[in-house]
Amino acid sequence: MLDALILSRIQFAANISFHILFPTITIAMCWFLVFFKIRHDMTGNPIWMRAYRFWVKVFALSFALGVVSGITMSFQFGTNWPGFMETVGNIAGPLLGYEVLTAFFLEATFLGIMLFGIKRVPNKVHTFATILVAIGTSLSAFWILALDSWMQTPAGFEMRDGVAYPTDWFAIVFNPSFPYRLSHMLLASGLTASFFIAGISAYRILKGDTKKAPRLSLKVALIVAAILAPTQALVGDFHGLNTLEHQPAKIAAIEGIWHTERGAPLLLFALPDQQNKTNHYEIGIPNLASLILTHELDGELKGLNEFAGEHPPVAPVFWSFRVMVGLGLLMLGLSWFACYHFYRRKGLPAWLLKVLVATTFSGWLATLAGWYVTEIGRQPWLVTGILKTQDAVTSLPPSKVGFSLTLYLIVYAFLLYAYTRTVFLMARKAIKVEEFETLEPQADGNLSHVSNPQTTHEGSH
Amino acid sequence: MMDAYWLAIIFIGLMGLSVLVYAILDGYDLGVGILLPMGEADEAQRDTMIASIGPFWDANETWLVLAVGIMLIAFPAAHSVVLFHLYIPVAIMLIGLIMRGVAFDFRAKAAVDHKLAWDRTFKAGSLLTTLAQGYMLGLYVMGFEASLSAHLFALLSGLGVTLAYSYIGAAWLIMKTEGELQKRAVTWAKLSGRLCFIGVLAVCIVNPMVNPGVFDRWFDFPLVMFVLLIPALCFAAFLFNDLLLKRLPKVNDRHCWLPFLLVVAIFILCFSALAFSFFPDVVPGQMSIWQAASAPESLTVILIGALVVVPVILAYTAFSYWVFRGKASSLNYH
Ligand code: HDD
Ligand code: HEM
Ligand code: HEM
Repeated sequence: MLDALILSRIQFAANISFHILFPTITIAMCWFLVFFKIRHDMTGNPIWMRAYRFWVKVFALSFALGVVSGITMSFQFGTNWPGFMETVGNIAGPLLGYEVLTAFFLEATFLGIMLFGIKRVPNKVHTFATILVAIGTSLSAFWILALDSWMQTPAGFEMRDGVAYPTDWFAIVFNPSFPYRLSHMLLASGLTASFFIAGISAYRILKGDTKKAPRLSLKVALIVAAILAPTQALVGDFHGLNTLEHQPAKIAAIEGIWHTERGAPLLLFALPDQQNKTNHYEIGIPNLASLILTHELDGELKGLNEFAGEHPPVAPVFWSFRVMVGLGLLMLGLSWFACYHFYRRKGLPAWLLKVLVATTFSGWLATLAGWYVTEIGRQPWLVTGILKTQDAVTSLPPSKVGFSLTLYLIVYAFLLYAYTRTVFLMARKAIKVEEFETLEPQADGNLSHVSNPQTTHEGSH
Repeated sequence: MMDAYWLAIIFIGLMGLSVLVYAILDGYDLGVGILLPMGEADEAQRDTMIASIGPFWDANETWLVLAVGIMLIAFPAAHSVVLFHLYIPVAIMLIGLIMRGVAFDFRAKAAVDHKLAWDRTFKAGSLLTTLAQGYMLGLYVMGFEASLSAHLFALLSGLGVTLAYSYIGAAWLIMKTEGELQKRAVTWAKLSGRLCFIGVLAVCIVNPMVNPGVFDRWFDFPLVMFVLLIPALCFAAFLFNDLLLKRLPKVNDRHCWLPFLLVVAIFILCFSALAFSFFPDVVPGQMSIWQAASAPESLTVILIGALVVVPVILAYTAFSYWVFRGKASSLNYH
C-alpha cells in the first residue's frame, strides 16, 4: 500500500529533481552571459553580443522554469514535512529566510532589467544588472546548500525538549560538509551549462549554421568544461573523504562494503543484494577503495554491518554514484579531446559534434545522480542523528498526497518535453534567421514576427 | 535579544506587509492575465498587455515566497496547521502559478502556431491561481471549518478575489497602455470595480455574522467611531474611482495613474479590516501569534538581516519601476 510517507517522498524527490535541473543550468549560464557581455563591452566585437543574445533567451526560459518549480519547493516543507520545521525550524527557517532576502529578490528584480532593459539603461548598468543576477543565483545556491549540508552534518546547535536551538550561526552555515558540497555543486553547474551550451552550438553547426557565434560559444564552453572537469573530480574526491569522516554509512553504501574490511577493492560492477547482505557478480580493482579513502593499501573501511537497521538502501546509492563518476570521466575525456582538436585542427569533425549533441544533457544526469547519492545515502535520517524521515511526514490522508503528486507529475512531464523541444526549436530558428540574434527587439519579447516564410514553416511541425 | 512578545508582533507585521505587497503586486499581473482577450484579432493587445508586466512578475511573485517564508520561520506551528488544511488548494494554486510563469516565456519562443495555446495557458493559469487564493482566504477566514457553508463562503471569496485582481489589473493597464487597449481597460475597470464592490460588501456582512468575535470587535464602543472609518474610506474610494473612470481617458492622458492608486488604497483598507478582525490570531479562533512563534534567538537573527536587507530590496524595486516607467508599448526585450 502506498502510504503518505512513500507518496510524500516520491513527491519531494520529483519536485526537487525537476527543480534542480534548471538551477544547475542557470547558475553557471549566467556567468557565461556575464563573460559574453563583458567581452563585447571590451572588444566591441558584435559576435559576442550575438552569442549573448541567443543564450540570454535560453537563459530566460530556463530561469522561468527554475522560478516556478522553486516556488513549489518552498511550499513542500509545510505541506508534506511539518515535522521538519517543528524540529529544526529554528535553524532551517533563518537559512531559508536569508535565501529569500538576499538572493531571490536580487535575481528576480535585476532579471527584469537584464531581459527588458537593454534599451532603457546605459550599457554599463545593463552589464551590472547581469552580474547581479549571476551573484543572486550563486548566493541562492550558497544558502540552500548551507541548509542541505547542515541536514547532512549538523553543527552549532543544541537540543532542548526535542527541538533544535541554534548556538553558533557560523558553525551552522559553515558546517563540516558545506565547503565541499558548495564547491562540488557550483562546479556541477558549470559542467552542466558547458555541455548544454556546447551541445546546442554543435547542433546548430551540424544543421548548417555558418555563423561565427555558435562556433565561439562552442569553443568557450569546451574550454570551460576542460578546466572544470578535472577540478570536479578532485573536489569530489575530497568530498568523499569528508563524507567518510561524518557519514561512514553512506560511504559503505557507495562502495558496496557489507562487512568491515581491510584492503577493500574498488568495485566497478556489482549487484548489491540487500537481503543476503552481499554483492553478486563483483568486478573490482583490489585494494583501490582503501587506497583512495584512507591513503593506505590495506586501510580499514567500515562495512554496513556496523550500522544495522540504520543504513541507507544500498543499490540506488551504489549505482547513482557510478553513474555520476562515469559521466564525470566521460566529460573529462570528451572536453579534453575536443579542446585538443580545436588546438590542432581549428575545428571539430562531424562525428565529434554529434557526440557533443548527444551529451547536451549529460550534466543533468550527473547532477541528479549526485543528489541521489547524497540524499538517499542520508536515509533513514532526514537530519543526521536528529530526525528520521518517517517522523517528519504529514498526517494527511494518502489520497490527497496522491492527488497532488499526480498533478505535479503530469505538469512536469509536459514541461520537460516542451522545454527540450523549444530549446532545439530556438536553435533551428537561429540557423535560418540571422534576425533572431540581431533584429531590433520587439515589444513583447515575441520573436515570431520575423516575416521569413521559412520560419513560419519551421514553426509548424 | 529582544523579548518574545514584541518579536511575535514585529513578525506578524512583516508577514502582513509581505502578504499585502504580494496581493497588490502579483494582484495586478495576475489581473492582467485574467483579462487577456482571447480573440484572433486581439494578438497585438495581448502582446502589449503581457509586455506591461514582463519585467516585474518574477519579483512580484517573490513576495509570496517571502510571506510563506516568514510564516515558516516565525510561526512554524501555524504554518503546519494552515498548510495542512489548505493542502489541495495550495497544490492547485502552485499548478496555476507554474502555468502562468512558463507560458510567459514559452509564448515568445515556441512555434508560431503554439503561441495562442500558450496565451490560453497564461490566462487559465492566472485564473486558477486567483480562484485558489481567494478560496484559501475564505477557508482561512472561516477558521478552516469543514461545513458546507464554509465552502460556499470560500467559493464566494474565490470569486471576490478574482474580481479584485481583475480590478487592479485593469487599473494597471489604464496607467501603462494607450489608445484602444486603454479604452478597453477602462471598461474592464468599471465593470470589475462595481462587481468587486458588491463582493466586498458581501464579505463585510457575512464575516461578522459567522464569526461572532469579529462582530464584537468591530462594534465595541468607543473604538467603533474610529474603525468605521475604514469601510467609510473604502466606500469613498470605490465611488470616486467609478466617477473618475467615466471620464477616462482624458486629454494628454491626465490622471491615468489615479485609478491604480485608488485601487491600491482599497486593497490596503480591505487588508487592514481583515487584520483588525483577527489580530492577534494567526489561525482564527485557534492559535495566537505567541502560541505559534518560534525561538527568539532565531527570530532575532533574521530580524537583523531583514532590517538591513528590506530597505535595499525596496530601493532596487523602486529603481526597476523607475527604469520601466511610462507606457508599455515601448518596452524592448533582450
Ligand atoms: C544549488 C542550487 C539550488 C538548490 C539545491 C535549490 N535551489 Fe531553488 N533556486 C536556485 C538554486 C537552488 C536558483 C538558481 O537560485 C533558482 C533557479 C532559477 C531561479 O530563478 O533561481 C532557484 C529558484 C527558487 C525559487 C524561486 C525564486 C524566485 O522567485 O526568484 C524558490 C522559492 C526556490 N528556488 C526554493 C528552493 C527550495 C525550497 C529548495 C530546496 C528544498 C531549493 N530551492 C533548492
Ligand atoms: C537540489 C538538489 C536535490 C536533489 C536532486 C534532492 C534529491 C532528493 C531525493 C531523491 C530524495 C529522496 C530520498 C529518498 O526518499 O530515498 C530527497 C529527500 C529529501 N531531501 Fe533532497 N535533494 C536535493 C536538495 C535538497 C535540499 C536543498 C534540501 C533541503 C533544504 C533537501 C531536503 C530533503 C528532504 C526534506 C528530503 C526528505 C524527503 C524524502 O526522504 O523523500 N533536499 N532529496
Ligand atoms: C568525477 C569524479 C566525481 C567524484 C569523485 C564525485 C564525488 C562525489 C561524492 C563523494 C558525492 C557525495 C557526497 C555526500 O553526499 O556526502 C557527490 C555528490 C554530488 N555530485 Fe559528484 N563526483 C564526481 C563528479 C561529479 C560530476 C561530473 C557532477 C555533475 C556534473 C557531480 C555532481 C554531484 C552532485 C550535484 C552531488 C550532490 C551534492 C553534493 O553533495 O555536492 N559530481 N559527488
